[in-house]
Amino acid sequence: MSPKLVLENVHKAYGAKQVLNGIDLEVDDHQVVCLIGSSGCGKSTLLRCIDLLEPIDDGQIRLDGRNITERGVNANDVRRRIGIVFQAFNLFPHMTVLDNVTLGPRRAHKVDRAVAETQAHELLARFGLADKAAEYPERLSGGQQQRAAIVRALMGEPEILLLDEVTSALDPELVGDVLSAIRDLADQGLTMVLATHEMGFARDVADTVAFLDAGRVLESGPPEVMLVEPAEPRTRQFLDRVIIAGRL
Amino acid sequence: MAAISAIVLFGVLIVLISRSPNWPRVRDQFFNVDDFRASWSDVLGGFWLNLQMFFYAMVAIPVAALALAVMRSFRGAAFFPIRLLSVAYIDIVRGIPQILLILLLGFGVPALDLGGLPHGAMFWGLVALTLSYSAYTAEIYRSGIDAVPESQRSSARAIGLTQWQAMRFAVLPMAVRNVIPALMNLVVSLQKDVALISVLGVRDAVREAQVYTSRTFNYTSYVVATLLFLAISIPLTRLVDWYVTRDRARRTQAVL
Repeated sequence: MSPKLVLENVHKAYGAKQVLNGIDLEVDDHQVVCLIGSSGCGKSTLLRCIDLLEPIDDGQIRLDGRNITERGVNANDVRRRIGIVFQAFNLFPHMTVLDNVTLGPRRAHKVDRAVAETQAHELLARFGLADKAAEYPERLSGGQQQRAAIVRALMGEPEILLLDEVTSALDPELVGDVLSAIRDLADQGLTMVLATHEMGFARDVADTVAFLDAGRVLESGPPEVMLVEPAEPRTRQFLDRVIIAGRL
Repeated sequence: MAAISAIVLFGVLIVLISRSPNWPRVRDQFFNVDDFRASWSDVLGGFWLNLQMFFYAMVAIPVAALALAVMRSFRGAAFFPIRLLSVAYIDIVRGIPQILLILLLGFGVPALDLGGLPHGAMFWGLVALTLSYSAYTAEIYRSGIDAVPESQRSSARAIGLTQWQAMRFAVLPMAVRNVIPALMNLVVSLQKDVALISVLGVRDAVREAQVYTSRTFNYTSYVVATLLFLAISIPLTRLVDWYVTRDRARRTQAVL
């Protein structure tokens, strides 16, 4: 079976700064891929490129074998199949959780409000937010906001979920319930690509860990290998620093 | 304590002023009760025109400015001409002194005698005011739009909204909320700038006061007009102040 998502020689530069420098990556259906690497190594940019939020300069990205980065592809159709959650939650402050969550389906996919709200209530309940639907985001804790953001990304029933350091902005005691929500999604077989600094979590949940360095995938493999005895000295160096910081 | 010191200070000032040898002349020229009564109704009638102008401008300016700001904020090569148009408009109009724009349109357009266009000086004065204020207001909107974090825009796009929908449902509501204090300050200055149409001969409060003065050589009518403008602008300024303070408190609370 061919992989769900394939990145081939993806390049991306912001002005003179080359952020992605030939990324090759494959993600199989129902697989969880964790991207690790120091800040600025291109993890976030990579996720943004996959969701077509940034145009790439060279290479291609294929979803189910079809090139989604060639001209003429409707980006909205692709985004509908891929969900993304950002580090900073980014719920819209001027609308309730329920409206945040149903905005995409209602406006972009022309789903009937009642249908969207039924689905939203189910998902919110699944993520422990049943009683928060009518609240405004600023009244929620960071962890609750981030779970609401995950619900929002799941509303279109995406085939792939991209998570960009979704626990980095959270207080330590709130990290746990967001991670367990993600673990549930992994257990249900949702295909995910996540950038993370939580190495312990990566070890638990990932099928593949990919180490990004200077805009490339330096090496990748199962977490037992990657997080214990990686082949590349750069990877080892990175892990040593993580261990010193107490994150593994 | 604050009240007492204020009373003492202002009491001393009043006594000093009213004892000064020139005070009776000043009083007769500017604060004459008879002239106040005589000019009051004409000036008030003129002020009603100012208020109407203010009202129409308050409807027209936000709409025009929003259109300009949105035009300027659209991204992508396809929208370049629209962006250019908006930038050119804003640059040019902001570069023209307001009074010049009012004279140009208020006297110039009616003189063209074009069929189908209104001739009223008040109408063209209003158009001029709207043109110039919408350029300034558009820049305020734009600063609000630019201040919406890129990641919010991405989130809106990521849930499948088109560029236009993202602007309409996510970016603009956040942007407007951010710039309300700045917008309210423009409202305060607009309320006074409606007096500029008096240069077109429109019989607003300022013009009426001028007419009375040229007839009687007494300036009390100007004071009447001044008081009328203050009666609106001071409460308005207080309201803005109150809103800004409350807004800041709310934001700080949200952060904590």
